[in-house]
Amino acid sequence: MNPVNYLYLAALLFTIGAAGVLIRRNAIVVFMCVELMLNACNLAFVTFSRMHGNLDGQIIAFFTMVVAAAEVVVGLAIIVSVFRARHSASVDDASLMKL
Amino acid sequence: MENLIALLVGAPLLGAAVLLCGGRRLDKSGHWLGTLLAAVSFFIGLALFADMLGKGAEDRAMHQRLFTWISVDGFQADIAFQLDQLSMTFVLLITGVGTLIHVYSIGYMEHDERRRRFFGYLNLFVAAMLLLVLADNFLLLYFGWEGVGLASYLLIGFWQHKPTAATAAKKAFLVNRVGDMGLSIAIMLMFTTFGTFAFGPVFAATDEASEGKLTAIGLMLLLAACGKSAQVPLQSWLGDAMEGPTPVSALIHAATMVTAGVYLIVRSADIFNAAPDAQLVVTVVGAVTLLFGAIVGCAKDDIKKALAGSTMSQIGYMILAAGLGPIGYAFAIMHLVTHGFFKAGLFLGAGSVMHGMNDEVDMRRYGGLRKYMPVTFATFGLGYLAIIGFPGLSGFFSKDKIIEAAFAKGGTEGWILGSVTLLGAAITAYYMTRVMLMTFFGEKRWQPDAEGHAPHPHESPKSMTIPMVLLAFGSVFAGAFFGIGDRFVAWLEPVTNFEHGHPPISAGAITGATVAVMVIGVGIAYLQYGRRPVPVVAPRGSLLTRAARRDLLQDDFNHAVFVTGGTHLTRSLVYVDHTLVDGVVNGTAASVGGLSGRLRKLQNGYARTYAVSMFGGTAVLIAATLLMRAV
Repeated sequence: MNPVNYLYLAALLFTIGAAGVLIRRNAIVVFMCVELMLNACNLAFVTFSRMHGNLDGQIIAFFTMVVAAAEVVVGLAIIVSVFRARHSASVDDASLMKL
Repeated sequence: MENLIALLVGAPLLGAAVLLCGGRRLDKSGHWLGTLLAAVSFFIGLALFADMLGKGAEDRAMHQRLFTWISVDGFQADIAFQLDQLSMTFVLLITGVGTLIHVYSIGYMEHDERRRRFFGYLNLFVAAMLLLVLADNFLLLYFGWEGVGLASYLLIGFWQHKPTAATAAKKAFLVNRVGDMGLSIAIMLMFTTFGTFAFGPVFAATDEASEGKLTAIGLMLLLAACGKSAQVPLQSWLGDAMEGPTPVSALIHAATMVTAGVYLIVRSADIFNAAPDAQLVVTVVGAVTLLFGAIVGCAKDDIKKALAGSTMSQIGYMILAAGLGPIGYAFAIMHLVTHGFFKAGLFLGAGSVMHGMNDEVDMRRYGGLRKYMPVTFATFGLGYLAIIGFPGLSGFFSKDKIIEAAFAKGGTEGWILGSVTLLGAAITAYYMTRVMLMTFFGEKRWQPDAEGHAPHPHESPKSMTIPMVLLAFGSVFAGAFFGIGDRFVAWLEPVTNFEHGHPPISAGAITGATVAVMVIGVGIAYLQYGRRPVPVVAPRGSLLTRAARRDLLQDDFNHAVFVTGGTHLTRSLVYVDHTLVDGVVNGTAASVGGLSGRLRKLQNGYARTYAVSMFGGTAVLIAATLLMRAV
């Protein structure tokens, strides 16, 4: 199978994730979309690794997973504390970043 | 001998310093000290004059350099004096007439409790004027020039408790400032043109400068002269300056102040000789002023203001003569000196009349005073004969020469200037006869003053009459002494040069015409004021008379043009400031504010909005990178 197809899939997943981040209001769903984008990147890395015949891309994919795991910990903690404070997981309710 | 020059200025300056700083303990002796120091200056002047006469005509100029005033790279100003024949003439006039006026003031100001201060100011005036005529560079001359302005301000406003006197002093000062501006611009132009403002180097370099620059310098010098010498268009201060005590008027009109402008022009002869256009303007200013002053003099009922108009007119003669070039310089100075004698005499006489008449100045309330004040009458009468140019007296010799020189200018200009001077001579005879008849002849028209004191005219004390007698001698004999054998011209020739003018008609005919117009002027005045009784209340008079009573509307003109014009100008500037300048500033602020208000709305606090901008920015960056690669 042509590895380029994997790249198309990665682009599709990334687009879905990006659209979800921009459109969805629920913080959990936004968060999952971020994960989707990260994994789309991982897929692209692995595909490039295979295409070029070296391991650099796969190694970077591991790094991405480590960072994503750390991000999940911090991100979920923030979401939980926001939910406790505001009784809502909607990102629109937390529009505090303005003058 | 050169070392004495500084003492000429130093003596009266010392007097001014001592009298003004000395305090009340000098109240009893201050006037003697002031008079003594003025006299010291006069005698030093006489000694220098005798020394000068002992030398050959070409080596008479003396120089004394005291110290360097300002010294920076490329610019040096010295406190240095130059005493040549022209300065010498002025020194003797200023100190001689000045001393007589000091003596006169002892009596005139006897009852004034601020007499010490008055003498301090008089000394300051004399010192400043001496500095002006003795300076050897234009910057020091400017210093003296400003000193004269200051002293005149202090003296005109001496009776500062009278609002009119305070206003008159301010007016004189302000109008003079306009002229001073001309002098400072002229000095700056000289510095940029010649790189110096010392007399010698500047006058030596006039050949190398362009005529345009010399004309500009000449016109600026003329503006300065107009201010100090009360020439049109800066003449308006002179009439009001009569608010000062009468000795001040005599000093301003005879020895100091108004003569400064004539001095400046004659001193700058080399500049004017090389700038014929400027010279023409000088003659025009002189001609206009000589008629202007004469017409004003005809209408005034205030004896001092009539004499003030006369001064303006006579200075006009001098300025006109100075504008004629080498054919006129010497005669301008000669008329200045003879005028110094008779005008000082006339003013002191007027002061003597006022002294005897409870300070009344309205000539319509005089009349028949010749019996009560015989000395004043005799001296005033001789001054009168001198100023109208009665044959044999001072004014005859000097004025006649100016009229001849005016005709000798040549061409149409010569005829016009000559006719104007002749007409001026006729009007002079008219208004002076009017003053004479209204004051000393006719029946008594005295009236009690505001407090009910009827005047008891009496002759003034000796300290006042002796200066008048001495000045009357000068009025009678000075002209003949100077004029016969061209003695004065020969004396000044090394400084101002001299060319014989050649009038288109014979000199004898001009003299005859001068005498004839004088007789006509006297005759008309006699018919109007000698044959008929003088009404105590001034008749309404013709349009011209009424205009002349208001100084030919000079103040109305100044008000309409400069005051109203200035008000409108500032108003429009304020309008421009409020609309345009403030508009730009406030508009910029408002647009920045408005724009930020709109941009602020982008910060709505929604995380996804920020995410959009991040994604958008990234997309643009990637697109740009790809595009650049493709290209």
